[in-house]
Amino acid sequence: MVATINKDKCMYCGACTSVCPFMALELRETSIHVYSDKCTDCGICVKACPVGAIKLIPGGGKE
Amino acid sequence: MKYDTNWDVIVVGAGPAGIKAGEELAKRGLKTLVIDRKQEIGAPKRCGEGLSDRWIAISGLEVDPTWARQRINGAILISPKGKQVWIDTEKIGKGGGYIIERKMWEKFLAANAIRAGAKFMLKANVHDVIKEDEYVKGIKVNYMGDELELRSKIVVAADGVDSRIGRMAGLNTTLPLVEMDSGFQYEMAGVKLLDPNKMELYFGSEIAPRGYIWVFPKGKDVANVGVGINGAHDKTARYYLDKWIEENEERFKDASVIEINAGGIPVTSPVEEFVGNGIMLTGDAARMVNPIHGGGMGTALEAAGMLADVAKDAISSGDVSKEKLQRYQDIWMEKHGDEFRKILKVRHFFEKLNDDQLEAIADMVLKGGLTPDVLVDLGHGKGLTQIIKALIKASPSAAKFLMGFLKG
Repeated sequence: MVATINKDKCMYCGACTSVCPFMALELRETSIHVYSDKCTDCGICVKACPVGAIKLIPGGGKE
Repeated sequence: MKYDTNWDVIVVGAGPAGIKAGEELAKRGLKTLVIDRKQEIGAPKRCGEGLSDRWIAISGLEVDPTWARQRINGAILISPKGKQVWIDTEKIGKGGGYIIERKMWEKFLAANAIRAGAKFMLKANVHDVIKEDEYVKGIKVNYMGDELELRSKIVVAADGVDSRIGRMAGLNTTLPLVEMDSGFQYEMAGVKLLDPNKMELYFGSEIAPRGYIWVFPKGKDVANVGVGINGAHDKTARYYLDKWIEENEERFKDASVIEINAGGIPVTSPVEEFVGNGIMLTGDAARMVNPIHGGGMGTALEAAGMLADVAKDAISSGDVSKEKLQRYQDIWMEKHGDEFRKILKVRHFFEKLNDDQLEAIADMVLKGGLTPDVLVDLGHGKGLTQIIKALIKASPSAAKFLMGFLKG
């Protein structure tokens, strides 16, 4: 399972990137980049997200 | 724009911490570049935009209506059952402040930094630090499509709560989930305010678990309406804010949204290490955030002078080692270390109170058993003992639970 960002919901605020212990998420100007090889399926980012824009999906999504 | 590739100091992050650091460094004669990945300074905000007079004085800016949106002279604290505790902070000698327009304010700040000699580079995404012989020596950055290597004697990480620069340099800036508040906010127009010169703060486990809802006026009927809740909570911050707005339909039926904001708010201790070889952290990246209310602009502004003094001294002496830069952290901790420890204790106490106990505190203030200034002082880590003693009197059944905090 890999963290997957729902682009329609994402505010690009960086709450998820702040708490990820593995630097698997990176906030860019208008995207959150997911390094799927670094993601450990821990779900911390899912809880941190203020708008519920992150899900853990097998293999990860496109964005 | 063309940019030099060699600098005395490169500051990553053009928020209040980075901009002010840029100004103070330039004032000391250091060739300084401030970089941000965004294409506009000041936006998007992740902030309720409250700034007290004390911090405005430190910012170096004259109050200007372009950014000083609404004068604030106090707060209204609202208990879980809706009791209102009005505090006129100006009348009781605790000062006031403004709700500001951050995108304007930060541009004013940046203009001052530029007048002092700092340069700015926007739309520049730093993807790595240059590290040689255990020292940070610069950054690798993509500036509008061009890959650049920029070198400096010191890199300042002012890249906010999600600081990657600190982590790339080997400092532990990862924020534990339970030490973060998840924040969500609407800026709204057409809102009915209790008082356009007072901040409204709503408490309660159903309203905002381990946090609060705020209404910060930006005009007669304009306000930042936001919530911060425990990051580890299952439901989202947005859920709690939408629910509360629905439940208060009377006040919001003519209102609508003009901006949406979100963000993570560190509510914990500062990071363990502010510095490494050739690197210094400041602002939210160092978690210089008051853990009771989550405000971080003032401390970020104040840190700039401390940082610049130490950076200037280190660069002049040709020694930018961790040991040399450590004095910056020592100066900051000397000023705020003890205060922040006490504030965090206040926070941990309030996190454990149930709604009845919050209600009891409101009752005590309203009936004269506690003076409102005690509540204001809590934000500075003072007066906790007085509150606990008053609570023990009010609810003897909870005495044992409350006594525990007196010992700790």
